[in-house]
Amino acid sequence: MTPVCELSALRPEQGVAALLPDGSQVAVFLTFDGSVHALDNIDPFSGAAVLARGIVGDRGGRPVVVSPVYKQAFDLTTGACLDSPDHSVAVHPVRVRDGVVELT
Amino acid sequence: MSTRTLVVVGHGMVGHRLVEALRAKDVDDQWRIVVFGEEARPAYDRVALSSYVDTWRAEDLELGPLEGADLRLGDAVVSVDRDRRVVTSASGAEVSYDALVLATGSVPFVPPVPGRDLPGCHVYRTIEDLDAIKATVDRSTRRIGRHSGMVLGGGLLGLEAANALRGMGVSPHVVELAPRLMPIQVDEGGAGLLKRLVEKLDLTVHTGTSASSIELDGDRLIAKLTNGLELDLDVVVFSAGIRPRTDLDLGLPLGPRGGYLVDDACRTSDPNVYAIGECASIEGTVYGLVAPGYSMAEVVADQLCGAASVFPGADTSTKLKLLGVDVASFGDAHATTEGALEVVVNNAVAGTYSKLVVSDDAKTLLGGILVGDASQYAMLRPLVGKDVPAGLLEPGGSAELSLPPDAQVCSCHAVTKQTITDAICAGVCTDVPTIKACTKAGTGCGSCVPMLKQLLTECGVEQSKALCEHFDHSRAELFEIVRATRITSFTELVGKHGRGRGCDICKPAVASILASLGNGHVLGGEQATLQDTNDRFLANMQRNGTYSVVPRIPGGEITPQKLIVIGEVARDFGLYTKITGGQRIDLFGATVDQLPEIWRRLVDAGFESGHAYGKALRTVKSCVGTTWCRYGVQDSVGLAIELELRYRGLRSPHKLKSAVSGCARECAEARGKDFGIIATENGWNLYVGGNGGFTPRHADLLVSDVDTESLIKYIDRFLMFYIRTADRLQRTSAWLEGLDGGLEHLREVIVDDSLGICADLEAAMAAHVEDYADEWRGVLEDPEKLARFQSFVNAPGTPDPTISFREERGQRVPVLLGIPEVAQ
Repeated sequence: MTPVCELSALRPEQGVAALLPDGSQVAVFLTFDGSVHALDNIDPFSGAAVLARGIVGDRGGRPVVVSPVYKQAFDLTTGACLDSPDHSVAVHPVRVRDGVVELT
Repeated sequence: MSTRTLVVVGHGMVGHRLVEALRAKDVDDQWRIVVFGEEARPAYDRVALSSYVDTWRAEDLELGPLEGADLRLGDAVVSVDRDRRVVTSASGAEVSYDALVLATGSVPFVPPVPGRDLPGCHVYRTIEDLDAIKATVDRSTRRIGRHSGMVLGGGLLGLEAANALRGMGVSPHVVELAPRLMPIQVDEGGAGLLKRLVEKLDLTVHTGTSASSIELDGDRLIAKLTNGLELDLDVVVFSAGIRPRTDLDLGLPLGPRGGYLVDDACRTSDPNVYAIGECASIEGTVYGLVAPGYSMAEVVADQLCGAASVFPGADTSTKLKLLGVDVASFGDAHATTEGALEVVVNNAVAGTYSKLVVSDDAKTLLGGILVGDASQYAMLRPLVGKDVPAGLLEPGGSAELSLPPDAQVCSCHAVTKQTITDAICAGVCTDVPTIKACTKAGTGCGSCVPMLKQLLTECGVEQSKALCEHFDHSRAELFEIVRATRITSFTELVGKHGRGRGCDICKPAVASILASLGNGHVLGGEQATLQDTNDRFLANMQRNGTYSVVPRIPGGEITPQKLIVIGEVARDFGLYTKITGGQRIDLFGATVDQLPEIWRRLVDAGFESGHAYGKALRTVKSCVGTTWCRYGVQDSVGLAIELELRYRGLRSPHKLKSAVSGCARECAEARGKDFGIIATENGWNLYVGGNGGFTPRHADLLVSDVDTESLIKYIDRFLMFYIRTADRLQRTSAWLEGLDGGLEHLREVIVDDSLGICADLEAAMAAHVEDYADEWRGVLEDPEKLARFQSFVNAPGTPDPTISFREERGQRVPVLLGIPEVAQ
C-alpha cells in the first residue's frame, strides 16, 4: 500500500508523476469520468520518464494517454500500446481511500 | 559512359526542356549534351515575362538549374558543317555532334511602320526588352498624369505587354488590326466582353485599325492610326506576332511561313538534324506557344533514345488571366468543323461569356471559348473529341461528369487522368500537393488543379474532412463553430459538436482555435489539458524528457547586457547553448521544475516567451538593413522587430516563420518563410507561402512596392485568413498549394477584398495585438499554474533519477536512455 498524493492534487485529464520508494516512477491520471489510473511513467519508445505529461483522451471509447514523445497511445486500463501490439507499460492497481490516492 | 554528343543550338524554354527530357530518358547516359546559348543569361520563363515588372528580379523567372549538360552561355553557334558534323561558335569553339537540335526560337515581328526605329519604340520578348521599356518610361519628360503607351498588337502577347506597361504606371492603348482582341483564341462575342472588361482597367482598345506612322515631336512620340486618330505617347511596344529565327543557314529547306521544315518526328531533311519550338515548321506549321514546343522536345528526346515517337499534334488550348480577366479557348473554338453547332451563353450583367462547339449531331464536344469565368475549363478541355456529357448543353448546365481515362488532365505536362488515378489508387497520392509532386500534373499553369481535387473525390480517397474520431468537422469548420457560438471550452465543444473525450489530434487543434480567438492564458483551466507536449510546459521537450528554452529576441537584435544574462542563466543551470537558425539562442537540458526558476531570471531581465514550443509565430529574421549595410534600401531590422512584436503569441494551425530583407540581395532568406518581406526602393514586397524544411518552396509575391502601413494591413489579413481556413498542421505553403484558385484567389481575398471579410480579419488581428500577454509571465504570476511545473507530485524538488548528462565539447549533453528496459 503506497500513498501517492491527495486526490485533490489531481486535475481531470492532466497526469502527474510520482516517485516510488524503489526509485521507479508511476504516472497517475484522473479521467473525466472521475476514475483514477496509474501506469509506469517510462515511455517504452523513447526511454524517457514522461507518460504523465501526455494528452489524456479516448480512442474508440477506451481511455488512453498519448506519449508526448512519439505519440503512441496507451490504454489506461490495460497498459497496452494501441499503436504497436509488441509494446505495453505496466499498470499499477490504484484506489482512492479517504481522499488519498494509493497504489495497492 | 557517354558515347555520343548532342549539340543544342539555343537555350530557351524549349531547349531547356529538351535537356531535362533527355536526361530523364537517357538512363544509360549515352549522350553528352552541349548547349550553346546566345544570351548571357540562362533560359527563363518567357511565358511569365510580364511578372518581371512586379519585382524587376530576373532570377524570379529562372527555370532552375540545367543539370547534365555543358552549357555555353553568351556564345552563339555561327556555322554548321553538316558534312563533317561540326558546329562552330562565335568564340571559335568547334564541337562535333552525332545529333544537332536547332532551338533558336523566334524574333518579334515588327510591321513596316514608318518611324518604327525611333527611340522609345520597343519589342516585347526578353527581359532586356522590358528593361529598355522601363528605361524609356523613366526617362520620359511627362510629369503630369500617367504616362501613355501604345501596344501594337491585340493578341495574347499584346495584352501581356499592355499588362506589363500598366505595371510600370503607363496607361496603354492597344491597337489591333483585326476587328477584335485576341482574334486567334476568341470570337466576336467573347472579345466584345473582353474589351469591356479590360477597358475598366485603364486600357484603351482600338480594333480594326493599325498605325500608319510614328513621328517624333520634341521628345514625344506621335502615332497616327489608319482610322485618323493621333496618339501622344511616351513609349511604343510592338507585339504583332513572331517570326521563326532561321538566320543560322544550314542549307536546309524552310517551311511556307519560315522555320526549319521538319517531319512529324521533328527531323529536318538531314537525319542528324532536328528543329524544335518556334524555329520549327512542323509539317508546314509554326507554333508560337510553349506547350507544342515542349511536346517537340519530348519527341526528340524519345528519338535520341531510340524510341519511335511522333509529334502528337498541338493542343493550342489556352487559359490565362489577362489583366485579371479569365480567358480560355480550347479545341475548335471557332467552329470550323463542318456542320459544327454552337451553344452560346452571353451574360453581359455577370460579365461572363461561354461558347461550346459541338458536332452536328450534338454528341461530341469540339471546343469552346470562355471569358470572364473560366472555371469550367479544367473539366471541358479534356473532353474535347469525347461525348458531350448529359445536361451540359442545358441552360445553366454544368459539368457533373466523369472524364474518360485517356483524357489529358494536365496539358502542360501531358498527364492523363489514368496516370493520376493510378497514382491515387496506389496510395502514393492523397492530396493535391502529393499529386503535383509525383505526377507533375498541376505544376504548369495550374488550371487543372480543381480537376485534381475532383479526381481525388472520384477515387474515393478525398480524405474525410473529419478532424478525428471525435469530430466530423474539419479544422476550418470547427474554427467557424467556435467563432460563431463563442464556445470557450473543449468539453462544451465536444459535448455539443463531437463525441468522446478527445485525443492528441483534436485537443491541440481546439486549443489552438481557442487561443487564436483569444481565450486567456493557454494553460488556463481546462486548456492546460488540451496542449500538446511542448505547449503543456511552454518549452520544447527533448529526447530525454528535459526541455529547451528559447527567449524571444525580436528581429535577432540583442544588447550585450541581455546576452550576458542568457549566458549567466545557462551557466547557473548548466544548460547547453546553441544559436538557432532563427537568430536566437536555445538553452537545452532544463528539467520541468527548473523551468519556472529559469524563466523568473529571464523575465526579470526583460525577456519574454519566444514561443519556440508553439504552433505560433516563431521569429522574424532580419538582415542588418540600412542602419549598417552599404547596400540596404530600407530598415529591415526595425520592420522585423515591429512585425515580431505585432504577431508574437499568435496561435495558428502550424508554426509561422518570417523574415525581412533590406534589399534584393535577400540575406534574410525571406522567400523561404511563411511570410517574407523584401525591401525595394519604393517600399516593400510581400511574399507568402514559402517554406524550408522537408518540402522547400519559394514564397510567392503577393503585393509589391507597398508602404509599411499597407504591408502590415495585408499581413494581418493574410495571417488571419490562413488561421481561419487552414487544416490542422498545414503550413502556409501547403495551404496555398491547395487553395482553390491559388495565389490569384488569395490576392482577390486579401488585396481586393472579394469576400468582404478584410475588415473582420483586421479587427481580429487588432484584438490579438491588444490582448497579447507574455505566457511565461502569466505562469510566474499564478501559483496554480506554477504548481504544475514539478517533477513528482509526492516529492517536489527531487530530480528525475532517469535524467543524466555527460560532457561533450565543453557542454552538458544527455546520456542516451536505455530503451526500453530502463524501467526495471
